[in-house]
Amino acid sequence: MSTEARPGAGTPGTETMTVREAIRAALREEMERDDRVFLMGEDVATFGGVFDVSDGLLDEFGDERIRDTPISEAGFTGAGVGAAATGSRPVIEIMFSDFLGVPMEQIMNQMAKMRYMFGGKTDMPVTVRTTEGGGMGAASQHSGTVHTWFAHFPGLLAVTPGTPAAAKGLLKSAIRSDDPVFFFENKMIYEQEGDVPTDPDFTIPLGEAHVEREGDDVTVVATQRLVGESLSAADELDGEVSVEVIDLRSLYPLDTDTLVESVEKTGRLVVADESPLSYGVHAEVMARINDRAFFSLDAPMQRVGVPDTHIPFSPALEAEVLPDADDVRAAVENVT
Amino acid sequence: MPRETAVDFAIDRVQVLAPDGSVDEELDPDLPEDRLLGLYRTMKLSRRLDERAIALQRRGELGTYAPAIGQEAAQVGSAGALSESDWMVTSFRETPAYLTRGTPPHVLLWYAMGMEEGAAVPRETRNMPPSVPVGSQALHAAGLGWAQEIRDEDAATIGYFGDGATSEGDVYEALNLAGVYSSHAVFFCQNNQYAISVPREKQTKAETLAQKAISAGIEGVQVDGNDVLGTYAVTRDALESARGGDPVLVEALTYRRSLHTTADDPSVYRLEEEEAEWEARDPIERFEAYLRDRGALSDERIAEIEASIEDELAEEIERAKEGAQRIDPADMFEYVYATAPPELERQRADFGGESDGE
Repeated sequence: MSTEARPGAGTPGTETMTVREAIRAALREEMERDDRVFLMGEDVATFGGVFDVSDGLLDEFGDERIRDTPISEAGFTGAGVGAAATGSRPVIEIMFSDFLGVPMEQIMNQMAKMRYMFGGKTDMPVTVRTTEGGGMGAASQHSGTVHTWFAHFPGLLAVTPGTPAAAKGLLKSAIRSDDPVFFFENKMIYEQEGDVPTDPDFTIPLGEAHVEREGDDVTVVATQRLVGESLSAADELDGEVSVEVIDLRSLYPLDTDTLVESVEKTGRLVVADESPLSYGVHAEVMARINDRAFFSLDAPMQRVGVPDTHIPFSPALEAEVLPDADDVRAAVENVT
Repeated sequence: MPRETAVDFAIDRVQVLAPDGSVDEELDPDLPEDRLLGLYRTMKLSRRLDERAIALQRRGELGTYAPAIGQEAAQVGSAGALSESDWMVTSFRETPAYLTRGTPPHVLLWYAMGMEEGAAVPRETRNMPPSVPVGSQALHAAGLGWAQEIRDEDAATIGYFGDGATSEGDVYEALNLAGVYSSHAVFFCQNNQYAISVPREKQTKAETLAQKAISAGIEGVQVDGNDVLGTYAVTRDALESARGGDPVLVEALTYRRSLHTTADDPSVYRLEEEEAEWEARDPIERFEAYLRDRGALSDERIAEIEASIEDELAEEIERAKEGAQRIDPADMFEYVYATAPPELERQRADFGGESDGE
């Protein structure tokens, strides 16, 4: 149980928690369940993580399982690959996803390829947690959304939760997976609250999208922060347009069935994801709808994202560049 | 064949101005009094600018800011030893070094406000803009110094980074490249004792950070980083060596007395007793006591300097704020490419329309 326990608003077997608390609860439960699980990264132990996600876990599990590392992303990611290949289940935290370039050799040539090149003789049960997204005045090198790279790369799995429940359930599945999973946390939604199942056996399978709100006229497929923004847009449009909002949750594997089913009903699709527009998650979702539901479409598919720029440091510019409910709403209105 | 010592190494530690005010006559750089007062004023200016910047950030007028409080001697002494033809490559906490090199406060504030005018590379100043990802910029210093060797320039490059960066592979590669290519680089490591929350002893088992030079075959030396005469003297010598093709790693022992950045809370990971200990070793107070002793400073003179700093900063902050008014949201499309691709041009045209989408 989380120390911040509050009974869930009306849903039995749940408690209300923030995304931050949900991630912490998942880490705690999986570490209690399996002593091969440990967390390693910069400032995760004494400091509790720069976003306080692992706050308190050092006291609960000790410094062998909650490990502060030197600033050596290649070092501790590579060590995690070695640990995973030999029976541990490491959770690696890369403080900002913008730093993923540093351990990229370990990721693309070791983590992603070891099972393949070793003829399936080794598992790679490593989870990489990292933060994404703008909105904090943290400048281009601490604000990017790079999850497309990892969803694209064979051998890796990638998830992007948009709610506390998704965060908890997906992280637990990620840690239990025998394949490497990248778990992308949008840093602007750590305080977002929602009802989260308390059953320690609760997990969300990798590769399942979730309908957060049902609707008939337009399907909005969103990730991370844009799930909440899309729900706000749907509320604003209530009475004019009936919007179905889906949290994509998992980029790879990607739950095409749920998306197709929705688009067959609505005939209209908006994809909202904070990555740059070109070659992004948007394009992959649209390609899959094109393959399987083209003849259900009544209007051109729309995408909401960040232009092909970096995230500016200037707060005035940053506020402009980040997509929000208004942009989702405008995209919905484009096709209705 | 018996086991024998193949090579033996030692690391020197240098201090010129001791905390008790005594000066090592042999190592004293013997700077003229106006230079000494100039260094002093820059240290004070930097301290005050940091304080004002933290307050501005708290009011939402600056983005994330990394103060250098406590590290003024390390930076003002080392940057003060550079000549105009030398290059400076910085990390993200080098306000004192930039001020020493003549960068005006409003330009540093523009950087923290997200204005590209604060992050330009004016070639005449030979200062690179701040580099935030830890350790990356050490390679740029190695490369600039390599170019100086190839072009046979009588100049060097100083590359700043912190203790945390010495755990990154990039820093090892920078030291090694510099050594093998006779780069004119001086790597200036400010060991401020913490990599955000992780103390120095948990970053490496090495007794000194200076000894990381040994594996690259270059010279490494430690200096008291809160002794401005020491950092000046050691850097001056290191630059001279680097100009001749022998790069040096300098480790300056200092302390980050304030925040890692404005997003930090040091009370979580360090003790007040430790902070108090380093407050007693404050670099500005040590230098001030020395200058008083030699008759270069009086209460009256200090008050004048402080007043002039207040005036200067009031003007500079005003200027920074005025400049920030000029931001146009469409600026975000500038500078992604030399020639904007058609996709980006379309996005720029759509911007200000109804949607970020296409």
